[in-house]
Amino acid sequence: MAYSFPEEVLEHVFSFIGSDRDRNAVSLVCKSWYEIERWCRRRVFVGNCYAVSPAAVVRRFPDVRSVELKGKPHFADFNLVPEGWGGYVSPWITTLARAYPWLEEIRLKRMVVTDESLELIARSFKNFKVLVLSSCEGFSTDGLAAVAANCRNLRELDLRESEVEDMSGHWLSHFPDSYTSLVSLNISCLGSEVSFSALERLVSRCPDLRSLRLNRTVPLDRLANLLRRAPQLAELGTGVYSAELRSDDFSNLVGALAGCRELRSLSGFWDVVPAYLPAVYPLCSGLTSLNLSYATIQSSELTKLISQCHSLQRLWVLDYIEDSGLEALAACCKDLRELRVFPSEPFNREGNVSLTEQGLVSVSEGCSKLQSVLYFCRQMSNAALLTIARNRPNMTRFRLCIIEPRCPDYITHEPLDTGFGAIVQHCKDLQRLSLSGLLTDRVFEYIGTYAKKLEMLSVAFAGDSDLGLHHVLSGCDSLRKLEIRDCPFGDKALLANAAKLETMRSLWMSSCSVSFGACKLLGQKMPRLNVEVIDERGHPDSRPESCPVEKLYIYRTVAGPRFDMPDFVWTMDEDSALRPS
Amino acid sequence: MGKRGAVGLEIMTELRLGLPGAVKPSSNKRVFSEISTTEEKGSTEEPKAPAKNQVVGWPPVCSYRQRNSFNKEKVDRAEAGAGSKAYVKVSMDGALYLRKIDLSMQKGYSDLAFSLEKLFGCHGIGEALNGGEGAEYKLIYEDKDGDWMLVGDVPWEMFMESCRRLRIMKRSEAKDFAILQTRDFLKGTLKDDN
Repeated sequence: MAYSFPEEVLEHVFSFIGSDRDRNAVSLVCKSWYEIERWCRRRVFVGNCYAVSPAAVVRRFPDVRSVELKGKPHFADFNLVPEGWGGYVSPWITTLARAYPWLEEIRLKRMVVTDESLELIARSFKNFKVLVLSSCEGFSTDGLAAVAANCRNLRELDLRESEVEDMSGHWLSHFPDSYTSLVSLNISCLGSEVSFSALERLVSRCPDLRSLRLNRTVPLDRLANLLRRAPQLAELGTGVYSAELRSDDFSNLVGALAGCRELRSLSGFWDVVPAYLPAVYPLCSGLTSLNLSYATIQSSELTKLISQCHSLQRLWVLDYIEDSGLEALAACCKDLRELRVFPSEPFNREGNVSLTEQGLVSVSEGCSKLQSVLYFCRQMSNAALLTIARNRPNMTRFRLCIIEPRCPDYITHEPLDTGFGAIVQHCKDLQRLSLSGLLTDRVFEYIGTYAKKLEMLSVAFAGDSDLGLHHVLSGCDSLRKLEIRDCPFGDKALLANAAKLETMRSLWMSSCSVSFGACKLLGQKMPRLNVEVIDERGHPDSRPESCPVEKLYIYRTVAGPRFDMPDFVWTMDEDSALRPS
Repeated sequence: MGKRGAVGLEIMTELRLGLPGAVKPSSNKRVFSEISTTEEKGSTEEPKAPAKNQVVGWPPVCSYRQRNSFNKEKVDRAEAGAGSKAYVKVSMDGALYLRKIDLSMQKGYSDLAFSLEKLFGCHGIGEALNGGEGAEYKLIYEDKDGDWMLVGDVPWEMFMESCRRLRIMKRSEAKDFAILQTRDFLKGTLKDDN
């Protein structure tokens, strides 16, 4: 075609295309589209910080406003990734600071962040607006003080689940009096007391504040004062929900809460004293999200609260809710989309609560929009899983954790293969699945056959042989992340499906049977994969090549091997050819 | 699709990486930790389930949740992996060296007193906490702000979070501590004497 659209027109059209996948597709059409697109891409998401170098990102995309990075593998949440493995954000911040003076948003997950990096962020980006540090570590409140003091246009500061070295609560006072743009603040992970007067003044002068998640040290009797200064709040995380409240304190709290007519999401509730729960009752009918997963209250109290929440879409709760509470949930919360039930005593072999598979079955029956489940329990049956699958073909995320490893169907004593098989067969849009209980290679055959939209699979203590792994790698067309622990999977399936690994973000295998020799071979043959052997027993060369490695992390990358590894991590590469002994 | 059965593991694959001799036919059974499988027959001996307290990272409760979970005394600290963060130094007047105690393993003040008595091989710390007039010891702690406070005034959880170190003072050394005198004074004036 002789004529084409002027650049400006194409750029305008591209500005309507937000999703990364679509943007990537656009850039592949032709060279001129690639060029135009790269100049106008404003948001970059890097799901594995080692998949690409920061230099390559800034070279390709010269004018980015928002960067999201993820570091450690998911199993780091369960202490399976040794301290020091990696995920350092510092080289990224250094490069971004130089390349993107107009950067507005940084979102990090499972990365190691230092105070120096936070200080660099605070100094480098004049229009910085959003900082989200999710499950990060390595920084202290001094770094936060730098951000507070310098980021005049900061809208969002969210430290969810990060591990912060708490020097003191004074960092909050570093927000200058002229600073008024706060929209969202989540400090629920911080241990020390923040200055209440500084917090109150901050809340008072920020009229756009919509989300406030306090930490445990904010006492209940200060909550009312904060709420009166921010009646426009949509999301609230309380501090400790207990105190010796005098009756006028309590009615003050009730009034303050009732004044927050926009509140849709509640969390916090540490140390909750049931007598004070009625203070939130007036809000219940408007709540869409409720996180009671730190609230150690009994089923009857939980039920009283939840049965008033007719608009509830998301519920996180401890297993204190029991089957009876879940039945009430099923009856009252018809709009429920997501349920997470956490174990109150995960390391107690004996059950301490009356929560069984029946609770989940009830919810699957009563809540037609339920699509995301995380459920810890102590018994399960194939029959229950089949019922759940039939009830909820719209399920997209299903994570079941039966606390005892390799626990069979408690009624028939058989493996739970057919139950999970039913889940993948009926729930055709299933994107995420976590397995547990007694499982043979059969379940993986089902998964490989039916779970065509599955993107993330977590497996533990399951399977009989390499065939299980082979079914998954050869059958799951959409698989991006696979994490496996304590399964008898070895070299054969991995080597036979090596090419599949380049179509995925990453594979984690720990306490399996993959030999060092196979790792070397894989690293040698697949230059676009980083095959990382993680072994704290010392260099694998000191053991026979057939010896299984402790942990294996394989990910695709265009950046080549990394150089920030600790001494218990080795990347297998072209130099790792098998040497004759 | 590969068929399980007769002769070992027949995996039908399109892509093989095989270099000659690269993948050794494994006549050894794969043995790792406590699981062994019999490849040829495709059957599995029921593997011995690992003892609960040996399994790292199971059940998969994320470490953030474990650290912030409420039932501190019920969660097995060993499972938390990261190690208890509640160790504080304890000094005792007249003792040659200090000890360390894990506050998170104590259920409350009386438990603490009992543990301290065991640590230093002495009696009377329980009485100190109960504020007995003739108690031989006084138990004080240094809080986050660096102030020395009398143990027992605040709820246990609050104490645990603010206590940085402990000191067991012999009464004879305590004459100069104003707080102790104040407390004794207050005891005489308050109706409820706890």
